[in-house]
Amino acid sequence: MNDWLTATFAVVTIASAVRLATPYLLASMGEAVGQRSGVLNLGVDGVMLLGGFMAYWTVLETKNLLLGVVAGIVTGAVLGLIYATVTIVFHAEQGISGIGLYLFGLGMSELLFQEQVGTPLPIKSFSTVRIPLLADIPKIGEVLFDHSLMAYAAILLVPVLTVVLNKTTLGLNIRAVGENPEAVDSLGVSVARTRLITIVFGNAMAGLAGAALVIELGIFQNNVTNGMGFIAVALVYFGAWRPAGVLAGSLLYGLVTAIVTQWKTAGLVTGAAASFTSMAPAVLTVIALVVIARRNAPQPSALTHPFVRGH
Amino acid sequence: MSSEPVAVRLARRGNVLVPLGAVIAALFLGALMILALGANPFEGYWELIKGAFGGTDNLANTATRAMPLLLVGTGITISFRAKVINIGGEGQIIAGALLSTVTALTVPGLPPIVLIPLVLLMGCVGGAIWGGIPGALKAYLGVNEILSTIMLNIVAIQLMNYLLRDPLIDPLEIERGTRIPQTERLSENADLPILIPGTRLHLGVVVALMAAVAAWVFLWRTTLGYRVRAVGASAPAARYAGISVKRMTTLALTLSGAMCGLAGAVLVFGSESHRLLTDGSSSGFTGVAGFNGIVAALFGGLHPLWTIPSSFLFGGLLVGANAMQRAIQVPAALIVAINGLVVVFVVSSTSIRTKLTRLVTLFDQAAAERASPGELQSADREEVTP
Amino acid sequence: MKRFRWLALLLVFALVGAACGDSDDGDGADSSGDGEGLRAAVVTPSAENDLAFSQSIVDALHALESEGLLSEVAVTEGTFIVEDAAVALRAYADEGYDLVIAHGSQYGSSLQEIAPDFPDTAFAWGTAADTFGLSNVSAYTAASDQGGYVMGVMAAGLAGDGSIGVVGPIEVGDAKLFVDGFIAGASSAGGSATAVYIDSFSDTTLAAETATSFVANGATVLTGTAQMTVGAIGVADGAGVPWFGTQSNQTKVAPDVVVASQVYKWEVVLRDLVSSINGGTLGGSTYEITLANEGLVIEYNDAYDLSADVKSAGDDAANSIADGSVSTGQ
Repeated sequence: MNDWLTATFAVVTIASAVRLATPYLLASMGEAVGQRSGVLNLGVDGVMLLGGFMAYWTVLETKNLLLGVVAGIVTGAVLGLIYATVTIVFHAEQGISGIGLYLFGLGMSELLFQEQVGTPLPIKSFSTVRIPLLADIPKIGEVLFDHSLMAYAAILLVPVLTVVLNKTTLGLNIRAVGENPEAVDSLGVSVARTRLITIVFGNAMAGLAGAALVIELGIFQNNVTNGMGFIAVALVYFGAWRPAGVLAGSLLYGLVTAIVTQWKTAGLVTGAAASFTSMAPAVLTVIALVVIARRNAPQPSALTHPFVRGH
Repeated sequence: MSSEPVAVRLARRGNVLVPLGAVIAALFLGALMILALGANPFEGYWELIKGAFGGTDNLANTATRAMPLLLVGTGITISFRAKVINIGGEGQIIAGALLSTVTALTVPGLPPIVLIPLVLLMGCVGGAIWGGIPGALKAYLGVNEILSTIMLNIVAIQLMNYLLRDPLIDPLEIERGTRIPQTERLSENADLPILIPGTRLHLGVVVALMAAVAAWVFLWRTTLGYRVRAVGASAPAARYAGISVKRMTTLALTLSGAMCGLAGAVLVFGSESHRLLTDGSSSGFTGVAGFNGIVAALFGGLHPLWTIPSSFLFGGLLVGANAMQRAIQVPAALIVAINGLVVVFVVSSTSIRTKLTRLVTLFDQAAAERASPGELQSADREEVTP
Repeated sequence: MKRFRWLALLLVFALVGAACGDSDDGDGADSSGDGEGLRAAVVTPSAENDLAFSQSIVDALHALESEGLLSEVAVTEGTFIVEDAAVALRAYADEGYDLVIAHGSQYGSSLQEIAPDFPDTAFAWGTAADTFGLSNVSAYTAASDQGGYVMGVMAAGLAGDGSIGVVGPIEVGDAKLFVDGFIAGASSAGGSATAVYIDSFSDTTLAAETATSFVANGATVLTGTAQMTVGAIGVADGAGVPWFGTQSNQTKVAPDVVVASQVYKWEVVLRDLVSSINGGTLGGSTYEITLANEGLVIEYNDAYDLSADVKSAGDDAANSIADGSVSTGQ
């Protein structure tokens, strides 16, 4: 295979990158909104796993992909309610309760999978949607306009969330709650309610990310995310809490992984070099952040601070 | 004090009783899950307690399992005190293990009295490097430490997998063709001595305890430690006082990494197999101590000395859970889920604990007022009354 | 009085729990009291129903239990933490199990330290070939290169003008053996097989992407080994590309595309092991499952329409390996 610089290679690589980036993007956007309101959630991976399993199980039983997606979102939202109770009502330390949420999701998804399904049976996936006319543009058509429904949905959410965060009252409240909850509270806006909304939304997005991952794979396996949720949290920092930044981070991580995979299957890197290219996505993400975003936006001032009135 | 109402006396014990109650509540939910799986929760939990704390052997296992949690927890304490979040424990453990392993492979002939301190030191150095990188990246280039530590975990795992399947692999594994990714049995001179013959309790436990005490001395009894805490309390104030925030941030993550790296060395030279091996992920070797150590540290209120009992209890939970799985044959995944519940419940209970403490303070103030009426200002009372 | 209702509910749960537990207890005691056979315990790294490595030994032990050779089988699954496995192995030996199995090559170096402390307990570990010179340790291994070779031959027959993609985890142990055998078999039959190790035993997504990439680069047959390959099987299923499985029968996962699976039948070696323990020999031997001793079996998917030519090429290869006239190159 010497055609690694050709158009086919580009098409295959980009398709692969978008597939890989979609779950990161979904989970990461949800986490970004949560962090904007001052809530860190390290449990994304666990929520993705349980959401992914419930989506898989639903599709397996009903053969309905849309129901599966709904199941993933609802599971995420329910876990979000629990996490909101823990962090808002009990003012629990966010980093540690997130790890608890992760362990719970990891264990429960595996337990339910073993008890209810057992064998990893395949489910159908979303077929790619070719956008008519646009996809027929030579060379770039296939690259840009022939992806799965979930990928389009994730990318469309980027401008939507940007507008919501920057141009609406809700978005203003979210950002204000993340920067100065005391001031917002004194203006009569409920910090608790705002954070409840962002936490439930963020976890629902993580559940959706799990559903997107599992449906794209067409199969479930114990610990199927393999730590993707943690990378999604990391990408929030890469994207400096902006949906567009998170999109860039997800695509970068997905693209590097895709290129490495293509190189390996084409036999371009072998042996020890192959092992080192496996580190490339992680290393390049850090380097890219150093190079591009040296003047990183400061994080929301109230991040990880529980809000207790009068303190 | 003996005439105090029962409620107040209980509230005074809130620091212990409330988390204990939270654990019981979490275990109750777990019991329902065990029931759903058709096993007996009472038998299960009895096995858990027996497996963790029943007898010398089990206590030794618990202490051995608690040791990396304590070391990582101590490291986490140092970094969190400087307001730096270190999620890179897994990678730092691996870095420490790799460097100490290479040391033992390079100079296997040194006498134990030299080799043991040397490999432990090299473990610290390896971890310090792996922690120092994100520390410096944060301090000097503004790269968020959560991002860099998560990414460096991935790099460390891949590095270990590569080294163990090629340059560092046991030559016998290549000769036999079995190619198990592990080093040869490391020099016996580097074995951590067993403290109680017939158990697994080794010197690493003492090392961990000493490290926790040293961290306490560092944080609360040295100027440098004060500076680290000052940066954590308020970076602008620290800067105003002439403390280099950048240097302290780097130092905190470097020391935090050193503690994790020490845990890596202790895990290698105190392990049953006395060698470094991988199952392809980090957790087969680290036992997920990089994350569980965070939990232990936060249970211990981010205080190195309180992290000692907290690690011991958490280690007991992990050891006991395995014993429970063996005894009542429930899936391993159940144990992971119950651990998650315990973490969530205990961490949620801290606010109740805080409220109780406040109530006790109120009671004491009221008592003091009764003893010497009129001494407390009425404005003070209004402030403390919710 | 709402609070009391909760208490009552709690009490009911507690009683139900006690009752259920008691009946379970009774059953357990009965089954272990009945048989004359040995009590066996196994520690596995992944779930006991993983359709791969761990399931293969648990199934075999239960098969021996139903034959009456074993009176009890205790399983500690999902023990990926090596030090936890060491604790479990010691505990089983302490509890007086006759045969304690460390089912994971990463457990061996711990077993080497544990076994001498329990000279009256028989230990076994796999997949491995080393008994450390200890008289109470046996080792067992699978010649997975043999089945790999056979399936490689068949894959070359199915591939036509296309290439063959192999998705491997990390280039170590049993996985490397299978992959090397498969590639040797494919090239002996004129096929071109490429292996990619994704450097992980658990990254299902990356396994899937690698398989997708293979298909995009013209692969017409796929195979893979270790638990993360279900991702690749999912891709093979979606693309309608024939798949060869290993370690256990993977037909259930993708009935449309699985051609055949190399299945590990540890019963074959366990039977020998048990009879030698009964005869008073606790270890010292190395066992291997092969095509010749029928510990390795190629199980075909009846629903897959495999051409007679290809199948007979595979059968020929299997026979030649079994009688020793063909070497897999290992």
